[in-house]
Amino acid sequence: MAKTSGLDVTYVARLARINLTKAEVELFQKQLDDVLEYVEKLRRADVTDVEPAAHALPNFNVFREDAPRDWFTAEQALSNAPRKANGLFIVPKVVE
Amino acid sequence: MTQQDLPALSIADLQLLLRHREVSPREVIDALRARIELVDQEIGAYLSLDMESAANEAEKANVDLPLGGVPIAIKDIVSVIGQPCTCASKILQSYRATYDATVIRKLRAAGAIPFGKTNLDEFAMGSSTENSAAKLTRNPWDLARVPGGSSGGSAAAVAADEAFGALGSDTGGSIRQPAALCGVVGLKPTYGRVSRFGLVAFASSLDQIGPLTKNVRDAAMIMNAIAGHDPQDSTALNEPVPDYTAKLGNDLRGIRLGLPKQYMIEGIDSEVKTAIKTAVKHLNSLGAEIIEVSLPTTEYAIAVYYILATAEASANLARFDGVRYGYRAENPRDMLDLYGRTREEGFGPEVKRRIILSTYVLSSGYYDAYYLRAQKVRELIRRDFAMVFEKVDALISPTSPVPAFKLGERAADPLQMYLADIFTIAANLAGICGISVPCGFAEVDGHRLPIGLQLLGKALDEARVLQIAHAYEQSTDWHKARPPIASTTLE
Repeated sequence: MAKTSGLDVTYVARLARINLTKAEVELFQKQLDDVLEYVEKLRRADVTDVEPAAHALPNFNVFREDAPRDWFTAEQALSNAPRKANGLFIVPKVVE
Repeated sequence: MTQQDLPALSIADLQLLLRHREVSPREVIDALRARIELVDQEIGAYLSLDMESAANEAEKANVDLPLGGVPIAIKDIVSVIGQPCTCASKILQSYRATYDATVIRKLRAAGAIPFGKTNLDEFAMGSSTENSAAKLTRNPWDLARVPGGSSGGSAAAVAADEAFGALGSDTGGSIRQPAALCGVVGLKPTYGRVSRFGLVAFASSLDQIGPLTKNVRDAAMIMNAIAGHDPQDSTALNEPVPDYTAKLGNDLRGIRLGLPKQYMIEGIDSEVKTAIKTAVKHLNSLGAEIIEVSLPTTEYAIAVYYILATAEASANLARFDGVRYGYRAENPRDMLDLYGRTREEGFGPEVKRRIILSTYVLSSGYYDAYYLRAQKVRELIRRDFAMVFEKVDALISPTSPVPAFKLGERAADPLQMYLADIFTIAANLAGICGISVPCGFAEVDGHRLPIGLQLLGKALDEARVLQIAHAYEQSTDWHKARPPIASTTLE
């Protein structure tokens, strides 16, 4: 299948930490090539001297009182953990 | 009023009966439960129900509060303590929320009772609710068709009298479009008008929680409860909250309504076009002045949206890694295997597709061409709206270019699905408010399919948008029409 954009689904999926099946790679490559071709139209917009808008209604320097308050207990924070023990999240060994 | 008739009531009418002690909150919960048992097998609006806690809360409800004793359905992407919050994703299938979202805390303070969680497209990504990993939701007007999305469960529940009102979330049209397709009212508030604390984040600069209801007054009543500043959401605007019901009933003299010429595009269904033209004439006859306006950046809105919304989504969804909560792949070899397989097995196709797209547009070498450029065009879209709102009070358009489409009809082509959001998306990019109200029907294959009229207002101008929508609604009969399933009874 000929790629029409610079997107390499297999490579990007690795960056995004998502394993994909071969069928998914092929399907997404085609579908996302279409989407990327569609968004090419943004190149026509004249954005000379335009500041990028990260938010529609900019709202700066929002602070609140730095006061202690009740929040989750360790037990609540762990209540949805797939694996836990001794008040900790358990994951596969990271360091040999 | 028999128990069987209760679920068809509006929030305003129900609250009046409750306040006058003509019906008890417990009777309301029982009536709602019976209604859901009767029709939800066919509709599929709910992912989970907690009628036992709801009944307990009903026993204690203070009916003198503004929403006292009124059950409200909640899109399953908003946290309700102790209840599931699955986002219709396998990755959160066994997750239970450990706290109440601010909107839930506020609804409870107003006396409302959250009792059930409604279906959606996985993580609110979609326009038909078909991306739910849990189940299909069907349109109450034609069970072979989609309810719209992503708040399709909330819209279908309200339309089928399985909910008096519901909360949805709207990132690119996800409240307004399903409201239109199901023939109910849906309001997307101004960005920052309603706290997002406790809403599972999809695109943080676009997401907003809002009501889906049987009429405009009900939407205003829910807004009165949920709007306002929240120290736990730095984007929640610290602006006074008006009484959103105060302007309801005011006429439309002096109101200027803009018709964007770019919105009369090819591809609008002919019955939708006719319904909108008729609605415009009607609004004119009610005293509103109609002015043609121009939003030249309209053609860029969908492209900007799919770059920015997905980019924000990939950052937000990075937290679903199988470590602290949610699904985890079995027997991982190491951490990379745990991440890769957890996300492979836990996310559905549309979510994966959007994460891939966004990781690409954010990656080194492509960031400027896609993400930065999209943010700049977003600024142009914002300016377009700011200029137009110097000339008019609100804008009129169809909510969706087409009525409800068939289940499966568009599922194979994501780009076609994205294009269905043409009229709703720009409001999220510009941060303004918008509402969809029923304005007619298309006749398709012997079914009447609702059509929605969208009104867009300037930032923080919800009261005026509600006023215009209310004047339109109360001088037409569209909102009184009920889907065929509404007449389903126990006999």
